[in-house]
Amino acid sequence: MHIPDGYLSPQTYIPLYGVFVSAATVAVRKVKKTVSARNIPYLGMAAAFSFIIMMFNLPVPGGTTGHAVGSAVIAIIFGPWAATIAVSVALIIQALIFGDGGITAIGANCFNMAVFMPFIAYYIFMLINKNPQKKSRVYIASFISGYLSLVLAAILTAVEFGIQPLIASTADGKALYCPYDLSIAIPAMAIEHLLLFGIVEGIITATVVSYFLGNEPGLIYALQKRNGDETK
Amino acid sequence: MKLNKLQKKILIILLVLCLLAPIGILLPMVFDAGDAWGEWSAQTVKDFIGYVPQGLEKYSDAWKAPVTDYTLNAGDKSVVHQSGYYIISGILGATLTYVVMLLLSKLIIRHEE
Repeated sequence: MHIPDGYLSPQTYIPLYGVFVSAATVAVRKVKKTVSARNIPYLGMAAAFSFIIMMFNLPVPGGTTGHAVGSAVIAIIFGPWAATIAVSVALIIQALIFGDGGITAIGANCFNMAVFMPFIAYYIFMLINKNPQKKSRVYIASFISGYLSLVLAAILTAVEFGIQPLIASTADGKALYCPYDLSIAIPAMAIEHLLLFGIVEGIITATVVSYFLGNEPGLIYALQKRNGDETK
Repeated sequence: MKLNKLQKKILIILLVLCLLAPIGILLPMVFDAGDAWGEWSAQTVKDFIGYVPQGLEKYSDAWKAPVTDYTLNAGDKSVVHQSGYYIISGILGATLTYVVMLLLSKLIIRHEE
């Protein structure tokens, strides 16, 4: 899901840089207001977790590889805005130091995995998890949140790939950037994430959220938010 | 900065994950899986469609990353060596990410202390 350099046209990656920078600016303001200083070490660990979990490439036998991102679990435990900053740091270091994801595509990759994905994950969790008292319910809601958010982020990435032939081709019909259109990109990205990588993201999300629920339940942003809403 | 018990535990888990990271190169090898979809090199795209799109050619070498593809020596055929490089990359990257995020968070969250 790390779009490399040369796959997106400037008409795509420049606006996505703009969207990402705007979102990151708001994220900084929100985190300043809502995240407690005692959580600072956790935020560092969350970013490092996202970095390392993305190195676990999993194979579709005989086909492509993919991986979990960790955005969903960070969004549930520390809030979607904190997840935006943490996952962006991981993605930018991956691009700059390890060449994983393009320099021109940093805006796109951060938008997909560090803005869109944590927010989708967070709202799915809040929508499903109406009963934060029950551990099993929290587990199921976390799984679905991780699963669906990764699948949807993969489809968003596929749309960015797939619109390239429409907006940038030579006069004789040759692609300038990503050569595959939506009819190829969306099924390819959706199916592998629906069948494998999404499930892994779901299991990781549910496992880590359960771990925090057992060890420091008061920390979990989404549950605090839920309890806060109920006492209002 | 003092870490509590849970935080120390998480750091250990992160270190273990770094040591296990080579799973991320070994499993794809065992199951004969290639690049992630849409992350092919210019040469691979040429093998697929018969030409390298002009823009892809122009941008694909836009950046020379110091540790490209999480390896210190891409030509090294030894699986053991590559696993070692992958662990080093994981520790380097995770540590850097941790430190940058800590500093950034400290800059952002100042109001309580």
